[in-house]
Amino acid sequence: MKNKCLFRICVTMVVIFLYLPIFVVIIFAFNKIKSRTLFTGFTLNWFIELFRDRVIISSLFNSFILATLASIIATVIGTLAALQIVKMKSKSQSVVMNLNYIPIVNSDVVMGISLMLLMIFILNVVGGSLGFLTVLIAHITICMPYVVLTVLPKIRQVDPNMLDAALDLGCTPSKAFIKIIFPQITSGIISALVMAFSISFDDFAVSYFTAGSSFQTLPVLIYSMARKRITPKINALFAILLVLILIMLIFMNVLDVRSKKLKNKK
Amino acid sequence: MELGLKNMNNILELKDISISFEGEQILDKLNLYIRDREFVTFLGPSGCGKTTTLRIIAGFLKPDSGEVFFDNKNITNDPPHKRNVNTVFQRYALFPHLNVFENIAFGLKIKKMPKNEIKERVSRLLKVVNLEGFERRRPFQLSGGQQQRIAIARALVNRPKILLLDEPLCALDLKLRKQMQLELKEMQQSLDTAFIYVTHDQEEALTMSDTVVVMNEGEIQQIGTPEEIYNEPKNAFVADFIGQSNILNGVMLKDYRVYFAKKEFDCVDKGFKPRQPVDVVIRPEDLQIVPKDSNSAKFVGKIDSVVFKGVHYEMEVYAQNMYWLVQTTKHLKKGEEIGLNFSPDDIHIMSKLFDQMTNIMMATVIDEDTIKFLDVEFKRVFLNLEVGCQVKLTIPPESIHLVSSDFADIVLPLDSIIYKGAYNEMYFYYEDEEENDKYILVHSENEEEVGTELGLKFDFSQVEVEKFE
Repeated sequence: MKNKCLFRICVTMVVIFLYLPIFVVIIFAFNKIKSRTLFTGFTLNWFIELFRDRVIISSLFNSFILATLASIIATVIGTLAALQIVKMKSKSQSVVMNLNYIPIVNSDVVMGISLMLLMIFILNVVGGSLGFLTVLIAHITICMPYVVLTVLPKIRQVDPNMLDAALDLGCTPSKAFIKIIFPQITSGIISALVMAFSISFDDFAVSYFTAGSSFQTLPVLIYSMARKRITPKINALFAILLVLILIMLIFMNVLDVRSKKLKNKK
Repeated sequence: MELGLKNMNNILELKDISISFEGEQILDKLNLYIRDREFVTFLGPSGCGKTTTLRIIAGFLKPDSGEVFFDNKNITNDPPHKRNVNTVFQRYALFPHLNVFENIAFGLKIKKMPKNEIKERVSRLLKVVNLEGFERRRPFQLSGGQQQRIAIARALVNRPKILLLDEPLCALDLKLRKQMQLELKEMQQSLDTAFIYVTHDQEEALTMSDTVVVMNEGEIQQIGTPEEIYNEPKNAFVADFIGQSNILNGVMLKDYRVYFAKKEFDCVDKGFKPRQPVDVVIRPEDLQIVPKDSNSAKFVGKIDSVVFKGVHYEMEVYAQNMYWLVQTTKHLKKGEEIGLNFSPDDIHIMSKLFDQMTNIMMATVIDEDTIKFLDVEFKRVFLNLEVGCQVKLTIPPESIHLVSSDFADIVLPLDSIIYKGAYNEMYFYYEDEEENDKYILVHSENEEEVGTELGLKFDFSQVEVEKFE
């Protein structure tokens, strides 16, 4: 009985610690004055101001473009890589998978600095400066291992005879992939895409080191604003992002429930 | 001219096909032709190369050497999608994201056939496999048997000249399997298609086929009608694999006269060398039970066990120091003494798989009292031979024992095992110094599986040593 009580307290604490900060941020997005301690009245002014702030909107746009491109490219490359990895012998497969884990386990700061050093080294040879292209390449690099990890199990589930069956029925190898293999791993590819997008969109450390001064992502902007003073505009931005994330989560869950339903019917 | 005639209704020909994976020879110079509209079964234990052969015909595998001819055209290098053959896979391999109609229509859509014709062909095929009205269902909503039929329909809708079936019934339960066997046979007879069917189930092969190809270790053991394969097995492997048999060692004395089980018998076989060692096969249903004091009793023995098998009783009879498998409809009790009778044409005589009655091996004297062969060394006192001289060893098969590999003199893979009434005759494989295939013959009561590595221990006191000149 005691244990159960303790357990309940623990769960409640976890939920509170996780959601209280978010709750506070949202509340103060609607605060009439700039204070972060006193709630004096309701207003939507901060949202209007947010959309008037060119710097925030352009960095939001930057982040969005960057995350979209990085996640799409990383998903394409990662999926192709995963398709090859499954065909490998088990020994080389485990070597490649371990190599794939290292960037995931590695700290973001280390990844960011090493990518920056590499980029500077290359830029010295080919010319140019840090900017959109370098941060894009860096983001593709950090997203790819997650894509491989997400897509690989889906590919493993596909019956290896499936490809043979498609060839047998007259498909060329590329047609067989498009018509038979791809539809069976689509759900894996979509979740990889979403995951890669969120990793790229959230990323601070890698962008901070590889973006240079000409290209600012939203997390980098917020960081620099936080050093001066955060206005409630940022709260308003968080509130909007949170709603978007909620919508996305619900969408993913609906997809998940649907595919599970299909499987249960089996 | 003769060649032309012979080829006339051959739809498929395999010539000298060899293939190996990771150093292991899977098929060794396989030659085979298949006639149009024939139901051919590749039968053999797992690992015998039957599925590999099928995959070579389908085009999923390219042989290391040899050629595949289809309608007298060389198709060895054609990819699968350019061959007029279709495959039914072991686990069906239906496309889970497509419904039944789309699955069956898949091949036709790829060929860009007009829609109304696709519709017509699919619905006709659904009628053939008895699944009308299932068009909108998804594969996972179907039972195993229904999925199997869809897989067959999906292949047949393309009107292939040859349909390849890779153990298609192995995932079904016994009753459904029997039913599908008959349906497949009927389907094949009503279509203009040759079926090549791969299975390890001998009963399935005998039930359905026009021709059975018995395979073992990448080589064809026998090709024939089910009756030929059953009644006239070419060697002890075929006899052992096709149904239960009594397989015994014997010696051909002269034409129509054979010696086995310590007696001489008349038989119907000829053409063997005098005193040639042979394998003798008597099917359990050919052994008749007679009273033990009857004149017609060839042997007298005691019933060791009786098992009821539905249609008949199956018993083991101990006679002439060995166990005989007998099938009879008479109910007899364990311990009863009976006579066994059989007629000359119940005796099937086959040349031996391995032409080896004992083990003769070359060895070297490496010390004044030590002899070495393979990687085995043993001592023999009073040898009186020079170091480095060659000797011939004769190792009786009874003197070699199976032991766990920790205590073994040598560990070798088991290549063949056949029960010979009183013991299992086992052949273990090794390579001599010139990389020739060699075998060690062992008689043992142990029952082991082919392909496993087993430890052998020699009883060196029984090994005969002779100086080799």
